[in-house]
Amino acid sequence: MVMTPEVLTLSETPWLFTGVMLGKIIVAFVGTLLIVAYATYAERKIIGRMQTRMGPNMTGPKGLLQPIADGLKLFFKEDIIPSQAHYLAFILAPMMILAPAFISIAVIPFGGDLHFTYDGTLYEVPLQITDLNIGVLFIVAMAGLGVYGIVLAGLASNSKYSLLGGIRSTAQMISYELAAGLSIVAIFMLSETLSMRGIVQAQQLPIWGIESLSFLPNWYIFTQPLAFGLFVIGSMAEINRTPFDLPEAETELVSGFCTEYSAMKYALFFMAEYANMITVSAIAATLFLGGWGGPFFGWINFLIKVFAFMFFFIWIRATFPRLRYDQLMFLGWKVLLPLSLANIVITGIAILLW
Amino acid sequence: MSDKAIVEKLKAKFASEVLDVVEFRGETTITVNKGQIVDICTFMRDSLGYNLLCDLCGVDYMGQSPRFMVVYNLYNITTKQRIRIKAPVAEENANIDTVSTVWSTANWHERECWDLMGINFNNHPDMRRILMPADWEGHPLRKDYPVQGPDREPYQGRLS
Amino acid sequence: MAANTTETMTINMGPQHPSTHGVLQLILELDGEIVQKATPHIGFLHRGVEKLSEHRTYHQIIPLTDRLDYLAPMSNNLGYVLAVEKLLGITDDIPERAERVRVIMAELTRLKSHLVWLACHALDIGAMTVFLYCFREREHITDIYEKVSGARMTSNYFRVGGLSEDLPEGLDSEIRAFAESMPAHIDEYEGLLTGNRIWQKRTIGVGEISAEDAIDIGITGPALRASGVDWDLRRDNPYSGYEDYDFEVPVRTNCDTFDRYKLRLDEMRQSSRIILQALDKLKPGPILADCPKVVLPPKQDVVNNIESLIHHFKIITEGFKPEAGEIYQGVEAPKGELGYYLVSDGSTHPFRMKIRPPSFVNLQALPQMVEGKLLADVIAVIGTLDIVLGEIDR
Repeated sequence: MVMTPEVLTLSETPWLFTGVMLGKIIVAFVGTLLIVAYATYAERKIIGRMQTRMGPNMTGPKGLLQPIADGLKLFFKEDIIPSQAHYLAFILAPMMILAPAFISIAVIPFGGDLHFTYDGTLYEVPLQITDLNIGVLFIVAMAGLGVYGIVLAGLASNSKYSLLGGIRSTAQMISYELAAGLSIVAIFMLSETLSMRGIVQAQQLPIWGIESLSFLPNWYIFTQPLAFGLFVIGSMAEINRTPFDLPEAETELVSGFCTEYSAMKYALFFMAEYANMITVSAIAATLFLGGWGGPFFGWINFLIKVFAFMFFFIWIRATFPRLRYDQLMFLGWKVLLPLSLANIVITGIAILLW
Repeated sequence: MSDKAIVEKLKAKFASEVLDVVEFRGETTITVNKGQIVDICTFMRDSLGYNLLCDLCGVDYMGQSPRFMVVYNLYNITTKQRIRIKAPVAEENANIDTVSTVWSTANWHERECWDLMGINFNNHPDMRRILMPADWEGHPLRKDYPVQGPDREPYQGRLS
Repeated sequence: MAANTTETMTINMGPQHPSTHGVLQLILELDGEIVQKATPHIGFLHRGVEKLSEHRTYHQIIPLTDRLDYLAPMSNNLGYVLAVEKLLGITDDIPERAERVRVIMAELTRLKSHLVWLACHALDIGAMTVFLYCFREREHITDIYEKVSGARMTSNYFRVGGLSEDLPEGLDSEIRAFAESMPAHIDEYEGLLTGNRIWQKRTIGVGEISAEDAIDIGITGPALRASGVDWDLRRDNPYSGYEDYDFEVPVRTNCDTFDRYKLRLDEMRQSSRIILQALDKLKPGPILADCPKVVLPPKQDVVNNIESLIHHFKIITEGFKPEAGEIYQGVEAPKGELGYYLVSDGSTHPFRMKIRPPSFVNLQALPQMVEGKLLADVIAVIGTLDIVLGEIDR
């Protein structure tokens, strides 16, 4: 007898639902934190390799304990708050950057369904903290919230370098959010849903509905290569990675918006940067590379795609110089935005015709 | 054009201003009065082609009169020749006209000369100290300025 | 209600700032990101080298010159010893081997200085990898420095009349291998930067200065040649036997940061050519001039021979006395014309020593090059002028 799996709901099985939910949250949160910590290690090792040097190799075997040592060091550093800074905003800013970065993880499906039997009933658990029907909008909204943290950090520090960094990042993130946001509109037009889970499921069909090509999945990277490119560039700018790291351009603005920060608050900025990198990689993997779909077991496919993206971001950092402010604005408003609009129009026409 | 010919040309134009011409190790040094230094330098630049002012500095001949000498090392990029012009400046009323109108590079050199040697340059656009702090007293490169600095025991050499 | 007013923001860049190459302070007046006015403040590293040298013998000044442009110590040494030799009138007595070794070391120094320039310039603009690639090659040069002089940066290798010691055995083949490998390394840096669209956008048309302005403001060296002025002291007023070598003086005409970048890379290629030629022409022979009154005896003789020991003792403790007079010696240092103006009154100490540091004069052009440009261009221009504060502040 094949049982139809039942979806856990809060009203019917409150305790089971809460337990499973907490389990998923802990797994996703701890997983992200671990990846954040070891992303710093991986970045240093990979860039070190690319730059003919070693990277960390003294703390623990092959330097594997380095992120923990760094974390401990930053944790025990003296926490300096400049006397002229706005006390409350200064403390609030790093939290306001970190929280949205982690919250976005909530809507990202990191694997297929999990089935288990409890009390004689077969239950189905989606490997996703919550499947919002406006998942993508939620992520875009959270990314928008992250800007406030940076602006607040720039303003609250009461330092001119921080202020310049804050202003730069506001302009940059707003202009690139537009391009990145518009580029994924084409995806919704194809998938006809905003739910991340729905988008992944749409990508598991054979490509363009042609059965003879069924060895190729219907990943949107094949249908929407331009949107993929725009999204990667736009999101790279949104998370302030090189070559778009103007807000914290070390050689121009000392350290940009986090110039005046120290100790754990400073660490929070860095955690946020890497968490953002993970989020963006996860979104790109979900929207364009078929999420958890692939040859291996669900979440392994997903992690492989995320890590590949992160490697790509690290690689870019080792290769490119930094853009100038006016060039950045030019690229955002005059190149990426028209291209993403054109992409929407073309996709619309294509959908109408076929 | 040899250095001699250049000296002749300069003498022809500014007969009363040229005080002395010395040749040492193949380098010609012309000593001129400070009164018309701007005109002389303009003439050197425009008519004789010395378009680069390599260096400008002061020398303190303490005990002699006049005490200071302002030295202009000129270079002609076209003919690749060097020549040196010197103008004596007396200790009292130690000033000379600025040549930063002739070569803008003289701006910082003259600031440095004033800072370290205490020679004032008339009509200079931006006469501030350049190497020493703005509130420094005295001019360190003068010969009567102690090498170890003011109000300190003279350096006796290492004791070990 | 108050009328809307706009104000400029004064920002204090340096003396502690990651990209002012030392202790340069720039007071920038910004309108948004546009620089309205830039005022350089220097002197934070002033050590009074000129004053100190009036109280030292001629030989004791050589270590001071190491510390002027600490990225190119041998060029400073070379300029100074050439100036003293000219003052003494022994320029023609310098043995050929010493001149050749001096040229090799001076060109290695040019490579070293340009490598640090490229590394820091690229890092300032955000290309981190080039920095480490350049420092990898610079490390070889510091190793060579250490083998000839015992020090990695403050070499103090040249002496009045020659060299402190001959090249150690086997070093010439090491230098040759390095000079031969250098063009390939330069191609590698170019591969990372020259064709890169972002690099081109950041450097083309940035920090332009015309040839007339450049001469007027006294810019020398690569920065002047990138403005189209074909002038190199090594070729035009040769010293230390530079007339024997076959090399080109690269000249470019676009006057911008990109041209200065390309030009310096071309200079590095020419430097490796000169090094290889000098190595080919290097023959065994004495390394010190035969002028017992002023030149130190060879080091081996000092430990084996009482006359040499006395001679050495006398020159070191008392010094030598050039006749009264004044000379100016300019050399083509990596950053431009490095000049030494020496006045002797016939005593054992220079009566006056004026150093003409190339960076000091080149830095003067900074306000002219950045005003009206963006903040990020200030960084590019500081990098492209290749300033070293040890030399500016002396």
